[in-house]
This record gives sequence, C-alpha cells and structure tokens, in this order.
Amino acid sequence: MSTSPSGPEYDAWKEAYDATKKRDVPFETMSGVPVDAVYGDAPYPGQYPFTRGVHASMYRSRLWTMRMFAGFGTAEDTNARFKELLRSGSTGLSTAFDMPTLMGRDSSSPWALGEVGRAGVAVDTLADMEDLFADINLGDVSTSMTINGPAATVLAMYVAVAEKTGVEVNQLRGTIQNDILKEYQAQKEYIYPPRPSMRIVTDMVKYTTAKMPMFNPVSISGYHIREAGSTAAQELAFTLANGFAYVEAALAEGQDVNEFGKRLSFFFNSHSDFFEEIGKFRAARRIWARWMKERYGATDERAMLCRFHTQTAGVSLTAQQPEINIARVAIQALAGALGGTQSLHTDSYDEALALPTEKAARIALRTQQIVAHETGVTHVADPLGGSPYVEWMTDEMERQAEEIFAHLDDLGNGSILEGCYVGIENGYFVGEIADSAYRFEREVNAGRRIVVGVNDFTEGDEGEGELLRIDAAVEDYQLKRLESIKQERDSDAVAASLTQLTADAADPTINLMPAILEATKAYATLEEIAAAMEKEFGTYVEKAIV
Amino acid sequence: MSESRIRVVLAKLGLDGHDRGIKVVARILRDAGMEVIYLGLRQTTDSIIAAAEQEDADAIGLSMHNAGHLTLAPSMLHALKDAEMDVPLVIGGIIPTQDVDELLSAGVSGVIGPGASAEEVVDIVRTAVAAVARSSESGPEAG
Amino acid sequence: MSLRKLSVEQLLERASTGHRGALGRLLTLAENSATSEAVTEATFGLSKAAHIVGITGSPGAGKSTMVGQLVAHLTKDSQTPPAVLAIDPSSPLSGGAILGDRVRMMDVDDVAFIRSVATRGHAGGLAMSVPGCVRVFDAMAYDPVIIETVGVGQVEVDITAAADTTVVVVSPGMGDAVQANKAGLLEVADIFVVNKADRPGASDTRRDLDLMLDLSHMTGQEDTEYRPPIIMCNSLVGDTVGEIADAIDTHKQYLQSSGKGVERRAGRARFEVANRLRQQFEANLEGVLDSDTRVLTQAAAGQISPLAAANALAEQVLRF
Repeated sequence: MSTSPSGPEYDAWKEAYDATKKRDVPFETMSGVPVDAVYGDAPYPGQYPFTRGVHASMYRSRLWTMRMFAGFGTAEDTNARFKELLRSGSTGLSTAFDMPTLMGRDSSSPWALGEVGRAGVAVDTLADMEDLFADINLGDVSTSMTINGPAATVLAMYVAVAEKTGVEVNQLRGTIQNDILKEYQAQKEYIYPPRPSMRIVTDMVKYTTAKMPMFNPVSISGYHIREAGSTAAQELAFTLANGFAYVEAALAEGQDVNEFGKRLSFFFNSHSDFFEEIGKFRAARRIWARWMKERYGATDERAMLCRFHTQTAGVSLTAQQPEINIARVAIQALAGALGGTQSLHTDSYDEALALPTEKAARIALRTQQIVAHETGVTHVADPLGGSPYVEWMTDEMERQAEEIFAHLDDLGNGSILEGCYVGIENGYFVGEIADSAYRFEREVNAGRRIVVGVNDFTEGDEGEGELLRIDAAVEDYQLKRLESIKQERDSDAVAASLTQLTADAADPTINLMPAILEATKAYATLEEIAAAMEKEFGTYVEKAIV
Repeated sequence: MSESRIRVVLAKLGLDGHDRGIKVVARILRDAGMEVIYLGLRQTTDSIIAAAEQEDADAIGLSMHNAGHLTLAPSMLHALKDAEMDVPLVIGGIIPTQDVDELLSAGVSGVIGPGASAEEVVDIVRTAVAAVARSSESGPEAG
Repeated sequence: MSLRKLSVEQLLERASTGHRGALGRLLTLAENSATSEAVTEATFGLSKAAHIVGITGSPGAGKSTMVGQLVAHLTKDSQTPPAVLAIDPSSPLSGGAILGDRVRMMDVDDVAFIRSVATRGHAGGLAMSVPGCVRVFDAMAYDPVIIETVGVGQVEVDITAAADTTVVVVSPGMGDAVQANKAGLLEVADIFVVNKADRPGASDTRRDLDLMLDLSHMTGQEDTEYRPPIIMCNSLVGDTVGEIADAIDTHKQYLQSSGKGVERRAGRARFEVANRLRQQFEANLEGVLDSDTRVLTQAAAGQISPLAAANALAEQVLRF
C-alpha cells in the first residue's frame, strides 16, 4: 500500500481540485472500486511546469472537446454535416476548406480546376461563410477553422457573419490555425514570403487580443510537420520553436506576453508509437511552460499553458484492409487522452483514399467516445505519470527538442524567430523532414518496420469499399454562386476597400484587420483580397529541397 | 559524357501541397540510378511540358493527393498530345484502385498507389519508359 | 513522330527552327558517351561565339535564386535568348541524381532554355558533358550560356576552363569570403557577388574580399588592368541583378579589348583537348593492362621494377 500524498504542493493541488466543478459520473472502476483523482508525486496536474496536465482535475471536470473536422462540397453541404455532427454529440465545429480557398484562390481561378469543394468546403466570399454557418448560433459553438495563408480574410468573414446575425464579436469562441511558419516547413500553403506573412499573423494576434478575448488567433501546429514525415521529436521541437517565434514577434510589437500567451494553443499529431506520443505530449507542456516563464518572462501561469488539440495520424492510415484503421485510430486516440489533450479529432478509417463517408466519420467519433466513456482513463489525471519508462521518454523528448532549439537559436543569433526564418530560407526544416520521411519508408521497404496490411499480414484485403465522391456539379454550382455575388455587389465599394487594403499593406504600422474586414463586408472575394496584399508583399516560391 | 540514364520530371500539378510522397519517390528513383528533375509544387501543364521538352524527359511523374486525378491526369495527357510528345505519364498519390483502370485506359502509363514499395515504384517507371522506347526506334548511332 | 528516331543532323535542323524538344534531345545525345562525339562533330563548326558565364559559390550562398533572377533579367534585356546549364551532383552510390535548380527559373523558361545536368561522377563541380552541351547551345544561337556549378564548397577551378566570365557568389557571415579564398575561388573570380546583402555582416564580407584582392594584387597574382568588381546583391530586391548583368557585359568588353578573351578560348580548347586525350589514354591504359598480363606478372614477381614495366608498356598504350 502506498502512503497518501501530502505536503504543500499536494495541498495546493487539492485546493485547486476542490474548487472545480466535476462531471456527474462515478469516478470508480467498472467493478465499483473508487479511484483518486491523481496518483504519484508533485508537481501535480495544474502545477508548473504542467508536465502532468494543464488542470488540477483534468477530465473529471470536462472531457476533451470532440472536434471532428468536416468540410466538403458547397457551404450548404458542409452546413448540413455540421448540424448532423452537433446532433450526434460533437461539441465543437471544425472546418476544412478546399485547396483553392486554402491558397487564397477563388473557385473561378484556372488553378482551381478539379479542386473546387474536393478536400473541403469552397469559400469565395462572405456569402459562402453565411451559408456555412446558417442556423448555427455562433455565440453557442466553438469553431475551429483550419486555414493559414488567407486566415485573416476567413477570420474577418467569420466576424462579419457574427455581426450580421447579431452575435457580439467578443462572444466568439474558437481557433483559427493561422500558423504560417509551418506552412513553409511542411504543409506548403503559403501565399506571401515569411516576413510579411508574420506581420499578418501579428496583426491578427493584436486584433483578437483587443476584440475577441475567447478566440485563439494561432494554433501552432505540429500535425502537418509530422504528416510530412518528421519524427516525434522534430514535430515537438519545430512546433514549439514556431511558437517561440510567434511570441518573439508579438513581444517585438509591444504585446503583453501574459495577455496573448493565454490564447496561443497547439495542435499535435498522435501517431502509433504509444509511449513516444505520450512522452511528447508531456514534454510539450513542460518545455512550453519553462520557456514562457524563463525566457519570455510570463508571470501569469495561464500564459504558460500548452493547451493542445490532437488529431490521429492520417499518414498512418492504410489503403490496404482499411477497416483495421479503426484499431489504429483507437490506440492513437487513447495516447491523446493519456497525454492530456484538450480536444481530439479521430480520423475515419477510409481517409487513406478519400474524404470520409458519413458512416466512417461516425465510427471515428464513436471511437473517441468509447475512450472517453468506457475505458475509465478519464478518472485520473496523468495516470501514467511516475512510470519510469514514461518519465524517461518525456525527458528524452525534451532533450532532443532542446538540441534543435539550440541549433535554431544559433542560426538566428539568439533569436528563435530569426532562426526560423533562416531555417526556412536555407531549407533546414524541409530537409530534415524529408530525411526522416525517407528513412521511415526505407525501413518499411526493407521490412525492418512492420505496417500491418502493407508489408506483412497482407491477406484478407477486400479492397476499398464505398468512397465518398464529390459531385463535379459542386464546381458549377460554386462558379454560378460566385458570378451572381459579383453581379449583385457594389463594385465601387469593393474597389475602394481593396485600394485601402493595398495602401494599409504598404504601411507596417497599420493593422491590416480593419481593411480586410471592410473588404469582406463589401463581398470582395478571397482572391481579390489576397491579390490586394500581394501587390505589396509579393509571393513565395520555395527552393527545391528533396 | 557517360552512360545514358533515365531522366524523369517529377512535379505536383495544381494547388495541392502534399509533397511527402513525391519527395520519397524522387529519392527512390535517384537511388535506382535515375536522374530526377524535381519541379516541386504548383506546376501547370504548360510548365511541365516546357520542362519535359528542355530536359528531354523519358517520363513524367505527377503526384496527386486531392482527389483531382480524374480531372488533372487527362488534362496533362491532352497537353502532351497537343505538344506532340510521346513521353509516358505516371501518376502517384492517393489513387483509389477503382480509378486505376480509368486512368490507364485514358492513356496514363502507370499508377503508383498508396503503399507501393520502392521496387514497385522503380518497376512502374522503368516499364513505362521501356514501353515508349519500344514503340520508337532506339537513338541514332554515332556518325 | 518520335524525336528518338531522328539523326543528329535532323535534330539540329529542327532545333534551329525553334523546336525545343529537338534541342533537348540533342543535349541528351551530347551527354551520353555513345553519341556525344557525333554531336560534337556536327556542332563544332556552328559556333556563334556565345559568351559563356560560369556561376559558382559555396552551398547556401543563394546561387540558384540569384541565377533565376539574372536569367529573368537577361530574357528581357538580351538580344538573344539565354541558356542555362544547371549542374547538380550525381549520387556516388547509385549514379542517380535529384536536379532541383530548375524550380527557380520556371517563370522564364518560355524564353530561356534551362537544362539540368548531373555530374555523373565527374569531380570539380562540372559535368564532363558541359563543353559539348555549351557547344550545342552556341550552335543554336543561345547567348549568353550560363553554367551554374555544383555548390560543393571545394575547388571548382574547372569553371574557368569552361567559361569566359566567372562569377563567384558568397553570402555574408560565417567567413564565407575566407572560405572562398581557401577554396581557390578568389583567383578564378571575374566578378564577386555578395548575396543577401541585407543581412548583417555583408559589409564585413565586402571588406574581406577587398582586402584579399589587394593582397593578391600586391603579390602579382592579379591582372593589373582588371580588378573584379564586388556587387552587393539583395535577392529580396530584384533590381540588383541588373548590376550583375552590367558587370558581366563590362568583363566581356574587357576580354575583347585586352585580348584576354582569345587567351581564355585557347585555354579552353587546350583543356578540352587535354581532357579528351586523358580519357583516351585512360581507356588505352586499361585496355593494355587487361590484354598484356605478361609484364604485370613480371612486375608482381619482382623480376622487373614498376618503372621498367611502365616503360615496357608505354609504347603499346600510345598505339592501342
């Protein structure tokens, strides 16, 4: 029998724990044995450096947000899927945009051919955003929008929808990804060169800090870095380094680290190596807290918290024997829960080949509901804390990450922000990621690493079954919709708003958000708005690093 | 002057930025002794044609991850035909098996699907190159 | 009609009417040993005396970005279209290569002709096929012909033997100027470009280069009539490449007026002839050693000295 915990840290934890409301469920095993809210040693969950979790009570108070990424076809199609997800117990909306939208292009652009509404919803103007959230009270939901290059415009559209439907802007909750640095490193959905892009991000941070206190202006995302092929430690290090870069950029603008620090959030991948992932999540919280406190001078503990969303690893899904992906997703989801995630997206088993069918998306949601409600892992905060292996793994992840930070600090002569710029320009990030991706492929190819259904246990593949097909009619519909909006709008107002935006872009002391908001309200298109800034900022072409 | 080598132009056609797969394929082909002309992201049919002409490509490989393959692959084939080029086209990426026949019958020379091994990747490209080389005579001899 | 069926002469005819695929095919034939001689024979008399510009520098100096901008500038400014040979290393293990320099020039490849070349085992930053490919471009009236070398950061003096004007690109900081000096690039440079001139340390790099030029001037290594200019280039701002183009032009004038151009071309001819001889000797040598094992056996048994063995075989090597 272990002795009950005691000491001042335990007392402080107990006080914090007692002060929070709990879910109305029995915190006991399936066999009826009551369990404590935490085991092991200090520092406890909710205590600096937060290795063990961001709250004292963790999932006893609130389960993670079950946020399912959705978006395809027209805004109306996605709106229907949103309502279906809300009905079936999803507690937050998550929006996927199609590729032209992500790149700041209209559906009518020659680049958009064959891509309209395929991998997400098409948004050309405010009208599409109005359709997307029709009959959903923006004051009642938390919305996550996964977009980066044209994030400022999409945020402005969201604000405009709220204003038009009578929702106070300061009531808006949610997150916009807006993590432009990782675009140059991994996802490649950039428009402008890194430095002007960072200005836009900083303007958004300032704008939301002043007007939208419950909205997270940046979700610093390792997910795509991992999907592009990085290791767990690289995902951790590159992501947090990008976070440091945003902090340095905001500090340089005179922003208060205790204010904006509270609203930075993160987005990690949960892959199949169970303990490595859990170690990564724990290390992320510890590193972030330490750096925010020690290097950036945060004094408010809430500004030191690494709160994160997790998505299971899309790249781990196999096209062969797709149903077995359900098992992978379950294991990855469990790692996310044991790692203390604040929200979770579980991938659908058919996503290796196409966008998920409704059935597959439902199974994915059910998978995390099983983890949340049946396994009992939510009763105890950081249940693996104190395990020698898990603690070692956490330390090891931190050690590897610190090595990378030291390199970036060196590249930037003492500035992580500059180090990130240099690393982008000289191909450091993409080169490291490509090396890791190739190493993994070679191991699979040589059979040193088994991927079930791909290079071993391959019998029993019955093919892919039903796949979601996006009707080509989406493109026609969207083009007509865009055309009619262009007919109806006041073209003088559009032109004037765009001229103003270009002028504002030329002056780095002016916040771009008001001009972008004006342009969206005039129904200027996403591409028109992007082009107005492009005049001043230029575009980015990446160096070919293979 | 040296032994001739298979030269492959690799590109992403369109806006899709997923380049993990194409980079891995580039290295696989390099490690199989081929010369890969890597064009990277956001290419158009015109830019790919220009590169394939100037580089005298033996094959063109395009990677697609956004379900656009049934639109984009035919448009590339069309552009090759317009340019009177007999360069084989190989498509890689997230291509459901149910679409493979349609692509092949449209004139695509090979499809590299998810989970293809390195040997399969090299084999698909070699086979595509050999098929076109057979349909024309071998290169002129000295003199 | 497949280009593969056409002879060198037919390809030349097509290429001269602007068929880019035919020119691309010719370059392939110039690269491959089975056909390179035929291309050389067919093109050596067709020279339009194109100006050949070599661009070299350490890795990460931003060479390919700069070359991209320079080519873009030349497509607008030059009477004749420019051509680029962008060289990247072949893998020593597989012999394959990933050639990625084209990406920086794709917006101008409707006017300029860009060809990526792998070194195919040749050290020194160039590929063996470079002179043959340059000759093809020259024959087809591309001018200038730009050769972008592998940025291996080692001695790349090959470039002087291939080019009329050599541009050495360095980046600020990290002692790049000193490294360039050590690598022997200082002696070969006709023009220096300090890239990323907006970065801290750029003016230090300029001063270092100036100092080193002064030194080599004093020791008499330097041409007294021509001092390589140092151009500060900010790749974020497009117009500095105009200065580079002007400097290339100035150097070209100098080569003509001073007679140095003739010297360089003579040097180039010598280099190429010597290379061909060397190759031929190598091939003969291997052939003789393989066919006449008697002398080798004696040398191995210690019956004759290595020198005597070589002397005994020398005649055969020449006649092989």
